Amino acid sequence: MLGVVGTIPEEEFPLVVGPATLGDGFLTVQGHEVPITRGTAALLAAAAVCLKALHQPPPLAFLAGDIGLGQGSIQLYEYLSLNLAKHQLRALTFHYILPIVDWHNRVLWAIQEMAAPPLLIADAGYMYVAKMSGEAPAYDLFTPDAGEIAFLADEEAPHPFYTRGFILHEDNQIPNLIARAYAHENAARHLLVKGRKDYVATKEGVVAIIDEPGIEALEPIGGTGDTLTGIASALITAGFDIVPAAILAARVNRVAGALTQPTPATGVQDIVPHIPAGLEKLLPANQRRKE
Amino acid sequence: MSRWRFWRPKPTVSTPGAQTDQGILVFASTSEVIQAEKFLKAAGWTIRVMGPPPEIQSGCDLVIQFPLMKQLEILRVLAENRLSPLQAVPVTGPLLKPVDLFQVKDFGRYLMVRAANMKLTVDKETRIIVNVSGGGCPDVPYLAYKMVGQTLEDAPRPRAIGHTVCGYALQLALEEMERQCSE
Repeated sequence: MLGVVGTIPEEEFPLVVGPATLGDGFLTVQGHEVPITRGTAALLAAAAVCLKALHQPPPLAFLAGDIGLGQGSIQLYEYLSLNLAKHQLRALTFHYILPIVDWHNRVLWAIQEMAAPPLLIADAGYMYVAKMSGEAPAYDLFTPDAGEIAFLADEEAPHPFYTRGFILHEDNQIPNLIARAYAHENAARHLLVKGRKDYVATKEGVVAIIDEPGIEALEPIGGTGDTLTGIASALITAGFDIVPAAILAARVNRVAGALTQPTPATGVQDIVPHIPAGLEKLLPANQRRKE
Repeated sequence: MSRWRFWRPKPTVSTPGAQTDQGILVFASTSEVIQAEKFLKAAGWTIRVMGPPPEIQSGCDLVIQFPLMKQLEILRVLAENRLSPLQAVPVTGPLLKPVDLFQVKDFGRYLMVRAANMKLTVDKETRIIVNVSGGGCPDVPYLAYKMVGQTLEDAPRPRAIGHTVCGYALQLALEEMERQCSE
């Protein structure tokens, strides 16, 4: 099963843990409806439609309301540090959450106590705190965008806002940034760098570049990186190895985007329904069920 | 997976440089630092008055150590009390500066501005914010919810309703977008 940890941008949204099911533009978790317009909800929605197509159970959502004040994030950190061992997860994806190093470390210690630790995937704020803590190599996959790979490459930056200017964010520098991130042990075992071209990399270097179909309008659309992380998480949970999962996820996300015929004003909720068609196009039916 | 692979001592909180999620506020004078300490502690913030690292040449004797992710909220409390620090920087690199480079991408009818990890896209014809993307802190989806669909003039300011450095970066992107759209 896939676990997904993240926050919902509503101050009153309670801590909920349960399967996330997808309705018409909404996720439902323990009776709470969440619009899938962006953020962790978009990641969960993409993962849910993918897992369904792959004959897997829906993702287990760990959610709390947080508008940046940190209360919901701390609820999540505390729940995870105390209760993770109760859950059997093949993969665990961490997403929008306030970066707090001490709490991050407590959760990591809880994971190492699990009888069968899940594969660890991190994006957004949790990827920031994983790097800040010096524990990036404990993770199996990070999914940064171009600005965030520059942050991972800057061994002194505690947040992308402080990435030093000489570490350029240009796409043609990304292989160098990946190498620098690994050189300073600020990268997970695998990287999926999201952008005009998607890069899949390990410590040995870039292993794949995915740039087709190229849809310029996807870049400004909030949530397209989240859907990519969600698709990759679902494929890994279904049993794909991380490198082929990352490559296939990048392709599926692009095809789903192309099927939407987006403009820079398109919302990610319009892209999610096309993900199953993207998966169907790129993955033969007899390969959609893994052991 | 080995237990020892994850075993690291918990970070200490005693000195700048030992904890990477901490920042320092640098003020023009010691009296300002003390005033800031008073207001911030009265507002319930866990902050500490510390000696400045030697690299800082501003002449101040004290700095305030604070949780870096709460920079926007702390600066707001200070502004409400008419205090403005000279610098707010992470303790891991006191001279590190925020990203001050913007990337601007023209999609024809739409214009996108990126500041650090935050992207803001506007319909040039209507001046309506059509998308907010990037970032990693929990106020980003909240800010996107509040800003998307609003005009540049009517949209709430991230400086006013944001709480983290991602929110601060979005504020910078918004200011750059306003500058671009006024040319």
